[in-house]
Amino acid sequence: MQLFEKTAHELRDLLLKKEISAVELTRHFIERIQDVEQDVHAFVTITEEKALEKAKEVDAQIARGEKISPLAGIPMGLKDNISTAGIRTTCSSKMLENYVPPFDATVVEKLETAGAALLGKQNMDEFAMGSSTETSYFGPTRNPWDLSTVPGGSSGGPAAAVAAGEVVYALGSDTGGSIRQPASFCGVVGLKPTYGLVSRYGLLAYASSLDQIGPFTKDVTDCALVLQQIAGHDLKDSTSVPKEVPNYLEALKKDVKGLKIGVPKEYFAAGLDPEVEETIKAAIKKYEELGAVVEEISMPHTMYALPAYYIIGPAECSSNLARYDGVRYGYRSRDAEDVVSMFIKTRSEGFGTEVKRRIMLGTYALSSGYYDAYYLKALKVRTLIKQDFDQAFTKYDVLLTPTTTSVAFKFGEKIDDPLAMYLNDIYTVTVNLAGLPAISIPCGFSRGLPIGLQLISKPFAESTLLSAAYAFESSTDYHQARPQLGGK
Amino acid sequence: MSGKYEVVIGLEVHAELKTKTKIFCSCPTTFGGEPNTHVCPICLGLPGTLPVFNKKVLEYAVKAGLALNCKINTYSKFDRKNYYYPDLSKNFQTSQYDLPIAKDGYLDLEVEGRTKRVRINRVHMEEDAGKLVHSGSTISSSSSSLVDYNRAGVPLIEIVSEPDISSPEEARAYMELLKSVLEYTEVSDCKMEEGSLRCDANISIRPEGSTKLGTKTEIKNMNSFRALQKALEYEIQRQIQIVEDGGTIVQETRSWDEIQGITVSMRSKEEAHDYRYFPEPDLAPIIIDEKWLEKIRASIPELPQVRKKRLMENLGLSAYDAGVITSSRQLADFFDATVKEYGGDAKIVANWVMGELLRLLNASDQSITNSPIQPKALADLLKLVDKGTISGKIAKQVFEEMFTSGKSADTIVKEKGLVQISDEGVILSIVEKVIDANPQSVEDYKNGKEKAIGFLVGQVMRETKGKANPGLVNKLLKEKLAKL
Repeated sequence: MQLFEKTAHELRDLLLKKEISAVELTRHFIERIQDVEQDVHAFVTITEEKALEKAKEVDAQIARGEKISPLAGIPMGLKDNISTAGIRTTCSSKMLENYVPPFDATVVEKLETAGAALLGKQNMDEFAMGSSTETSYFGPTRNPWDLSTVPGGSSGGPAAAVAAGEVVYALGSDTGGSIRQPASFCGVVGLKPTYGLVSRYGLLAYASSLDQIGPFTKDVTDCALVLQQIAGHDLKDSTSVPKEVPNYLEALKKDVKGLKIGVPKEYFAAGLDPEVEETIKAAIKKYEELGAVVEEISMPHTMYALPAYYIIGPAECSSNLARYDGVRYGYRSRDAEDVVSMFIKTRSEGFGTEVKRRIMLGTYALSSGYYDAYYLKALKVRTLIKQDFDQAFTKYDVLLTPTTTSVAFKFGEKIDDPLAMYLNDIYTVTVNLAGLPAISIPCGFSRGLPIGLQLISKPFAESTLLSAAYAFESSTDYHQARPQLGGK
Repeated sequence: MSGKYEVVIGLEVHAELKTKTKIFCSCPTTFGGEPNTHVCPICLGLPGTLPVFNKKVLEYAVKAGLALNCKINTYSKFDRKNYYYPDLSKNFQTSQYDLPIAKDGYLDLEVEGRTKRVRINRVHMEEDAGKLVHSGSTISSSSSSLVDYNRAGVPLIEIVSEPDISSPEEARAYMELLKSVLEYTEVSDCKMEEGSLRCDANISIRPEGSTKLGTKTEIKNMNSFRALQKALEYEIQRQIQIVEDGGTIVQETRSWDEIQGITVSMRSKEEAHDYRYFPEPDLAPIIIDEKWLEKIRASIPELPQVRKKRLMENLGLSAYDAGVITSSRQLADFFDATVKEYGGDAKIVANWVMGELLRLLNASDQSITNSPIQPKALADLLKLVDKGTISGKIAKQVFEEMFTSGKSADTIVKEKGLVQISDEGVILSIVEKVIDANPQSVEDYKNGKEKAIGFLVGQVMRETKGKANPGLVNKLLKEKLAKL
């Protein structure tokens, strides 16, 4: 196995045993990026000097015999909607092509303290709106398993970069499935934490009540390690919850004997690819073999989740993205005659089609005369969906569903059909509306492309989620599969 | 002409709260400062920043609500008010929509001897916007505009009255009382000239006796009490004129032009914004604990109207004097402290405070809070007069000296030898001298011109540089003249 194929915990052992230095490790990944980046296109901005600088610091710490954090010197990446001081943060949009923030997101500060070696900012659908990275102003990212297919989205860059071995792990954001769907398409582990577990300070908002930052990793152990570093209350984020963070690594040891798993039948309705369905059913069987109790359940309001999401998300986005007007930073149209035309031209030229579509949807939904019929109704649906989950969790520890209806699709297949694209989120949006944690883990392949299994748990029960995921991972080898890419 | 019409006015007042830091970040709220120096990523609305609610703002808003006789909503929340303007760093203002912090209050005004109750619909919290400086006169006619975000995020409360106000005088009285209530509760500096107290008016007219409201206009940009009154007076006449001429009033926003003394149209109803309010997802709802609320309630000081009543009933001040003194909490505090130190007639204190003190403060552009003469010093001066050490006239001279030098009355009287002459022998010899020197006045007096004695007293005072005890001078003069 090549170094770039290893996990963070494996590489950490090598660092501690001094079989390799952090600088060598970082150089190795820089070479890997050079080898495959023209195929994958996972990055918007590469920051190799910053990574090497950090690696040097870590090497010095190791040389002095200091205790280093579990992620020290491990090369990683960030979705390009996470604010980094002095490094441009673009949201893959023309609007912010040259925007350099003066401050770090809280998660960046935390990882910085933990000695993380930041290799760069990664591609995404523009402003996190999309399911394929095809809406990126900088061009799409390709799926390392098959370069003719999409990596998913909106966090396609981070997912593809982890799968391709360009970084060991990465952070993405998930508003309606933007971590789990690309994790599923790229065959990696992706976790969307409970709303309020990880600080959103410095995450460029799409939909504030739904957004959450989470990790992409090669296995569940790495997922626990990264979550440990980024979780916790932050005074700068009023929606972050003051709660003690448990030891997630310890939680992995717990087995699944007697674990009660509910399988909502609504997630297996028409539209689900038969091969995906078969693979998920096999995963269910595996859980039963491991001693879990699996039962079919019903979550009757599931079908209303997608329309509710596509009201609430755009409504919040229409307000969150209003600040991009050319006045203070970012793109400004050159040929404006007055302030109103500056606003209109800047926003017409600076935003892509999908972003404009959602701003219009959201503006409409909040307008006087339509508010009650759309936004208020969507909030009521949101409450009903939460109640469905509350009900389910009175009986079950974990819910199990497919992450997506199919494996990765081809470029261009859905980009001109917004409704078909929106259907990608059908199994993932419910979780965001209810503020729950959910993880996608690799559970098989169809036509050479990875399939993801989604596990959902109660708020702040990430430990349960991780132990259930780890039990499956430990008895299967899907997480060890690596795509074959050019170069090596 | 206006006798045929009734006027209906409602006021929307914005008051900046005098917290040390802004409502959602830790930038200072201090007025002035170089442009864009009191800013941070949060109040600049940089991508990815989040608001954190300053709890002091809640305390001040609740205090104001209670002082305005409002009910406090124990469950309240913030909402986003969405509109595009370059002074808003996020193109939405974080405000409160359907669950304001306080509602259903009132103020009882005294206008022309009557009491008038003006109901208050609501008090809500919100953030202030930045300030625009245009190269031309308006944003659309300028080739460039500069933005200063120092004020962006300064906490405001908006106080919305019901349309209970029926004249420009009432509007002014409401504003003045509101200002003093906010000052008394120490939640706002209420400086209209610095924009920390701002007022918009909704105004309409209708035929007397009619119950149907007329079409209203909204008047902005009134930066003083006087401007408020003038603008409303103008607008009433403008609306009446339109109706008398058979026209219809257009619902619109108008701006008061102080120089021309007229209101001018800013935008019509058709251009009015749809603010698309929705709950602010970045902030948790505000839940108020009863115990905390009681603590705030207990911290509300004696309010201006109660204090005024006390000064009238307990200290015998006239309504006018009590009104002037209680118009500002600092002035009333100064007055109360002086009365306590002095122990004599409060009316004498009132005369000094309203007369000499305010005159000198105004002339030197100083406020009562940093007055060079403190209550104890004034009380000491008044005691010297009571003891007969100096005359009332000399006291005024001493007071001016105290004001400029900061020395005590006692020191000045000693240094300048201003002690009153009460020695009958000394005064008598001067009286004799004055009588000898002014035979015409003596003659006039003896012929029944009582007033002539005033001239003679004046001459004695002049001879003694004002130090002679005026009572003694009068007595001795009369005795001497009678004997002639």
